[in-house]
Amino acid sequence: MTEDVLQYSSGQNIKLPDGSIEKQTTTLNLGPTHPATHGVFQNILEVDGERVVSAESTVGYIHRAFEKIAERRPLYQITPLTDRLNYCSAPINNLGWHMTCEKLLHIEMPKRVDYLRVIIMELARITDHLICNSVIGVDAGALSVFLYVMQYRELVYEIYEEICGSRLTTNIGRIGGFERNFNATAWQKLDKFLKEFPAALKEFEALLQRNRIFVDRTVGAGPISGERALNYGFTGPNLRASGVDYDVRVHTPYSSYQDFEFNIPVGTTGDVYDRWLVRNQEMWESLKIIKQAYQKIQEFKGQEAEVYHADVPEFYLPPKQQVYTTIEALIWHFKIIMGEANIPAGEVYHSVEGANGELGFYLISDGGRSPYRLHFRRPCFIYYQAYPELVKDAMLADAVIVLSSLNLIAGEMDA
Amino acid sequence: MELTSDYIKKRLTEKFGEEVSGFCEPYGMLTFEAPKELNLKVLQFLYDDPELRFQFLTDLQAVHYPDDKGRELAVVYHLHNIRDNVRLRFKIFTDIENPDVFTATQLYASANWMERETYDFFGVNFVGHPNLKRILNVEEMDYFPLRKEYPLEEQTRVDKDDEMFGR
Repeated sequence: MTEDVLQYSSGQNIKLPDGSIEKQTTTLNLGPTHPATHGVFQNILEVDGERVVSAESTVGYIHRAFEKIAERRPLYQITPLTDRLNYCSAPINNLGWHMTCEKLLHIEMPKRVDYLRVIIMELARITDHLICNSVIGVDAGALSVFLYVMQYRELVYEIYEEICGSRLTTNIGRIGGFERNFNATAWQKLDKFLKEFPAALKEFEALLQRNRIFVDRTVGAGPISGERALNYGFTGPNLRASGVDYDVRVHTPYSSYQDFEFNIPVGTTGDVYDRWLVRNQEMWESLKIIKQAYQKIQEFKGQEAEVYHADVPEFYLPPKQQVYTTIEALIWHFKIIMGEANIPAGEVYHSVEGANGELGFYLISDGGRSPYRLHFRRPCFIYYQAYPELVKDAMLADAVIVLSSLNLIAGEMDA
Repeated sequence: MELTSDYIKKRLTEKFGEEVSGFCEPYGMLTFEAPKELNLKVLQFLYDDPELRFQFLTDLQAVHYPDDKGRELAVVYHLHNIRDNVRLRFKIFTDIENPDVFTATQLYASANWMERETYDFFGVNFVGHPNLKRILNVEEMDYFPLRKEYPLEEQTRVDKDDEMFGR
């Protein structure tokens, strides 16, 4: 009896006779279309009983060659491609791309546009974290939290709808600002969200944060040290959960983030629970930022209170009213739509704090109508390679929650 | 002391002399290049030096310049010193006929997939890489799609006339 127990704990569940062609471990496919992967990617796990011996990840199932397509498109037409990277927080990708173009074109943005963008980006961060954190709940066996918070994501999507007309793949904003000002309904909906969401987030937190079952499942699952995480190229909440306080919003402020006061929550062990806590705290911080931005926007008076784009006729579409009535506006419209405005030669790297890490755009232009080369630094493509190390010797059920806690988005990984 | 571009440049030239060249600062990011044989030495120096500490590999990718004979493929490293918050861009150029470049996977675990991606799309052969195979494309593919000789659209198409738009 004692011998059996010993044998079990040393991880040798199956004893094979000499010369057997069978394997000691079981091969298990987690994905590509498994409900727990939340996206199309595959993990080939070698399991010994319930213990994971090794994992091999395969990605690329929805590769769409965005970088190649971008080499033939004018800047404008690349925005919808960025939607399809991290589609849980598409506005951050869109605005990050616009900011890259603006950096290349040396466009100075008015403060009000920066603040409007901050509101959108922080709303996107909330929706992204909300999904990721509630999905960890789902994978740990708590479906109700996921269904409950969905209605608050819906409130955010309604705000997007007012601003840009779409919900998931938003194509929000333009190079140089927004295509239209936020309307009264958008502000009303934002008010509604700011009023109702904190209570829901509080409840969401109460359901999981100190829930005995959830804590038992997540504490100690898939930990990674700060040093290891940096070596693996972790960024965003996953890195901060390991205790490294790196945040692009603070380190290299863009879109006037330096005007806001917020904290960067950090964890210590980098396990699933810490990642959950960091994301949860970040949602509160995002709410703080949105409230500050709202406040600042209210303070603009007179002409300034109507500004929603910079003055860049070469790249910013003229109002439709003018396009139909004046020849000059019509020419600009035509040139922009056909991509006939050449962009200056140069190379620029711009990064924003995406919901799951540092989202970078490396744009090389040779002065033509479209980029010579465009590379997306997709955060989850880079840190996903740590997965085999994270789940080695973990239980099979932990492998699933580690996967969901990393906030992997197949669209972003495969570009 | 503050880690300025001039200081980084000075340290690099002290260590590598004429080998590091092409210093410039497009859009505020220090950029330089080195011969491809030296890529690991330069990366290691930037990593280990107690002042420079460029220990975070932000990004790694390649660019194809078909007209630059002998230097067709550029491998671009974006490095970040997170402590002092300084970024730099380091390039090496390689011949497309013989695209062997030393792998940085010993230094950065994150380089593993980034190099696989670069191999997948440009065919840069990272010497010493533990698992250099295609990552996003199918393994049966026998060309490197992001090279410039592969146009995006089929050139035999006749239903589109782009003559007017300079494409």
